[in-house]
Amino acid sequence: MRTLLFLLRKEFKQIFRNKSLLPMIFAMPMIQLLVMPLAADYEIKNINISIVDHDRSPYSQQLISKITASGYFVLADFGDSFDAAFQQIEEEKSDLILEIPEGFERNLVRENREKLFIAVNAINGTKASLGGAYLNQIIQNYNAEVRLDWIDPYRYNPIPQIEVASSNWFNPFMNYRFFMVPGILVFLVTMVGAYMSALNIVKEKEIGTIEQINVTPIKKYQFILGKLIPFWIIGIIIFSIGLFFVARIVYGIVPMGSIFLLYGFLAIYLVALLGVGLLISTYSDTQQQAMSVAFFIMMIFLLMSGLFTPIESMPGWAKVIAYSNPVSYFIEVMRMVVLKGSGFQDISKYFLIMIGFAAFFNTWAILKYRKTS
Amino acid sequence: MQNVVIKTDKLTKKFGDFTATDAITFEVYEGEIFGFLGANGAGKTTAMRMLCGLSTPTSGEATIAGFDIYKDTEKIKANIGYMSQKFSLYEDLTVIENIRFFGGVYGLSDQEIKEKSDHLIDLLGLKEESKKLVGSLPLGWKQKLAFSVAIIHDPKIVFLDEPTGGVDPVTRRQFWDLIYEASNRGITIFVTTHYMDEAEYCNRISMMVDGEMKALDTPTNLKKTYNAASMDEVFFELARGAKRQAD
Amino acid sequence: MKQFFTFVRKEFYHVFRDRKTLLMLFGLPIAQILLFGFALTNEIKDSKIVVVDYANDPASREITQKLAASDQFELQSSLMSHREIEAAFRKGVVNLAVVFPANFNSDLLAQNSAQIQVIADASDPNKANTLTNYVNNILRDYQQERVNETQLPYQIQPEIRMLYNPELKGATNFVPGVMALVLVLICVLMTSISIVREKENGTMEVLLVSPFNPFLVIISKAVPYFVLSLFNLTVILLMSIFFMGLPFEGSLLLFYAESSLLIIAALSLGLLISNSTDSQQTAMLIALMGMMIPTMLFTGFMFPIENMPMPLRIISNVVPSKWYYIIVKSIMIKGLGFSAIWKETLILVGMTAFFLFVSFKKFKIRLA
Repeated sequence: MRTLLFLLRKEFKQIFRNKSLLPMIFAMPMIQLLVMPLAADYEIKNINISIVDHDRSPYSQQLISKITASGYFVLADFGDSFDAAFQQIEEEKSDLILEIPEGFERNLVRENREKLFIAVNAINGTKASLGGAYLNQIIQNYNAEVRLDWIDPYRYNPIPQIEVASSNWFNPFMNYRFFMVPGILVFLVTMVGAYMSALNIVKEKEIGTIEQINVTPIKKYQFILGKLIPFWIIGIIIFSIGLFFVARIVYGIVPMGSIFLLYGFLAIYLVALLGVGLLISTYSDTQQQAMSVAFFIMMIFLLMSGLFTPIESMPGWAKVIAYSNPVSYFIEVMRMVVLKGSGFQDISKYFLIMIGFAAFFNTWAILKYRKTS
Repeated sequence: MQNVVIKTDKLTKKFGDFTATDAITFEVYEGEIFGFLGANGAGKTTAMRMLCGLSTPTSGEATIAGFDIYKDTEKIKANIGYMSQKFSLYEDLTVIENIRFFGGVYGLSDQEIKEKSDHLIDLLGLKEESKKLVGSLPLGWKQKLAFSVAIIHDPKIVFLDEPTGGVDPVTRRQFWDLIYEASNRGITIFVTTHYMDEAEYCNRISMMVDGEMKALDTPTNLKKTYNAASMDEVFFELARGAKRQAD
Repeated sequence: MKQFFTFVRKEFYHVFRDRKTLLMLFGLPIAQILLFGFALTNEIKDSKIVVVDYANDPASREITQKLAASDQFELQSSLMSHREIEAAFRKGVVNLAVVFPANFNSDLLAQNSAQIQVIADASDPNKANTLTNYVNNILRDYQQERVNETQLPYQIQPEIRMLYNPELKGATNFVPGVMALVLVLICVLMTSISIVREKENGTMEVLLVSPFNPFLVIISKAVPYFVLSLFNLTVILLMSIFFMGLPFEGSLLLFYAESSLLIIAALSLGLLISNSTDSQQTAMLIALMGMMIPTMLFTGFMFPIENMPMPLRIISNVVPSKWYYIIVKSIMIKGLGFSAIWKETLILVGMTAFFLFVSFKKFKIRLA
């Protein structure tokens, strides 16, 4: 126990004496927590549309103003040449072309039907299909209005109406940042924790101080604990700053559920995560190697964590990776407790899994760390 | 008969098909200064690392302070000190912080640590520098500090791997004063060196050539045996047959 | 010139000696293509929904069946009451609930209108939105079927054409992005580290006192990473054509020329970083934290730039990979020629010149 205290004192002195590392540890994550949620937004809005109106009739005008008033579309270009509009697509200035043919109004009234042409830049498939669907919806609504203009509504109401009353729980204003900020906070705590722990032991190897440690009667578990606890505390501090300052003050996010539950899970998560970092460190010979390996593993952990794309939509093999990844569970728990107020009962399964991860990685790291070669 | 503190029997270490240390057998007695000589790459550091429990032997036997080198490495570590060739104190900690840290790791009480550190700082004349980062000290002082830290827990044996490499002659002299002082306190000294004048300070010396131990005796007897005027000549006589290139 | 190749050869030795780093250099692009290609998608599939059916009549059962049959949904066993919905949301086992009121079918028949409640777990607002839309679509289809619709009058029929990517593959979007990401990350990270390491080890001074132009020393350090990056680029290109079925419409020569330009830009950025620091650890942190996240965010392949607040949109313009991303899409997918991308090319050339100018200026000061 006393040995451990001496180890801890030494680690803290070293960390707080490193003036180039400290801002990286505390300031960088906070700056990123301020910037990333603003940028990491999948919501499709502000779709640039080029309209080619060959008709120039009251109807075409009405349709165009419906589209621009919808809030989804920004009129990038208006003209009567399809080629000019296509040029806009090629230059990425426009995402979508709506071409209204000559005689649109006349044909619709006289012949009961008329076509509209839509061309979508589909390089980004998600955006294209959503943009197309939005536009289609606006056109259908406009169509219904036109119909009502011409038909007596009492005589003609053949469709039974199913009214949909939709409600959105937990986030009634549909604020995407409420969803992203807790996840991004996990991401940042993970990055800092993993890199610092991965670089630490290997740094002692590179400068040779580990030899001096290895000839002392220090126990292996004491050494690993001495490395783990400082980063554990730093992880908790970063998390707290992010949760109480950035998330609460800047984004107005107040956890619905129990703070103690969050911290309880964080505590176990950090042990598991730092175990991975220390494991990388014991396997590496140089800091560059540790960095490369940590970067590679972290990239897969983060992409496969459900932070940016839903795990449910992954194919089977990818789900296996996602569910063997501690980061996924913490992001899930964060979102559940912060946004939905889930309680211990709801996440007890995740607690068990995380304890399993923590035990697994740290046992491995202790076994792998050898005082003797 | 003196007490034996290090005893090896055909101790061997192989790396793949390269035999770094080839079946060396010797004994070191309590309280003596044992010089471990050899050219670069002769296998000195490998042998020393095995004796400290940093490296597991391929074959052979050895006991350090009565403990078996295979089974009791952790017990051995409580009874030895080690100073490696490469400076290995924490450069980003101060003098006093390094002393306290290693004292604590070796299980000294707060009282002992305080006494030891006062004594050491006094002995080394580092009063002014005790709150400076070790990285900012000149090499000679770093080495003296590293030695003092290696014996902070009064071990039975201390292993020194080329402790005076790159140090000026005056500092080397002072360093050896520290070694004698430790030896007088009953600590057995096991030291490797390149400097033949230092070899003369030892009670007994051994010579490693190509992983084998070619000679083991007092400096005076060795000079007599090889009919040499100085240790330099003994060294050249023995090392001439070496096949291994210096690294 | 012979000396130059001697230096280049030495650099290649360094790169190929360190197996673990090398594994990551080649593993990174392959892993990224596999993940982005097959695992990561914004599309919502198999989302868990639940039905609370107070009506339990032909209409509600029919709609429930339609919901169950859809690819987007995975219908969980029905809940008995409203109150259980919140508990299920809290547990995270269900994303959306559809509630049929009692007398659903009879209302529909008698009054020609009935209500359905759709409750979404909006902690993920995008998902909630998409799922609600899916439900709406299914309901609309059901209504159409129910009237056995004859031709409606005054019908506008939009005809949608998906340009460049009619099957709406995800790959057309992310492959150029992964190319940009991999090239920038590897080049910046590796050049900065390898130069700083020579500084740390003191070998840089040995090179600089050699009777050899110091600028060529630096250039020779960049050559292996240049070659390696072109190799990686080729691997990504082959994978995307043969595994993902992407087209390659434009000029291969132009593609490699533009890619070389980006690589040079990234290498000179790495050089700039290495001139600003003396420690490997700092160089790594600057390169990783300062490069990886901006590159991921502002290239435009993960998150649409036009949605970002104005300051971020302005910042995105200084990220080289953003311009490269536009260039690659233009060449590879749209099949355009140089005349369409000269502006972007010019911006990249300007950035490279700037990085080189600043880093050589710093370098000279250091030598003096």
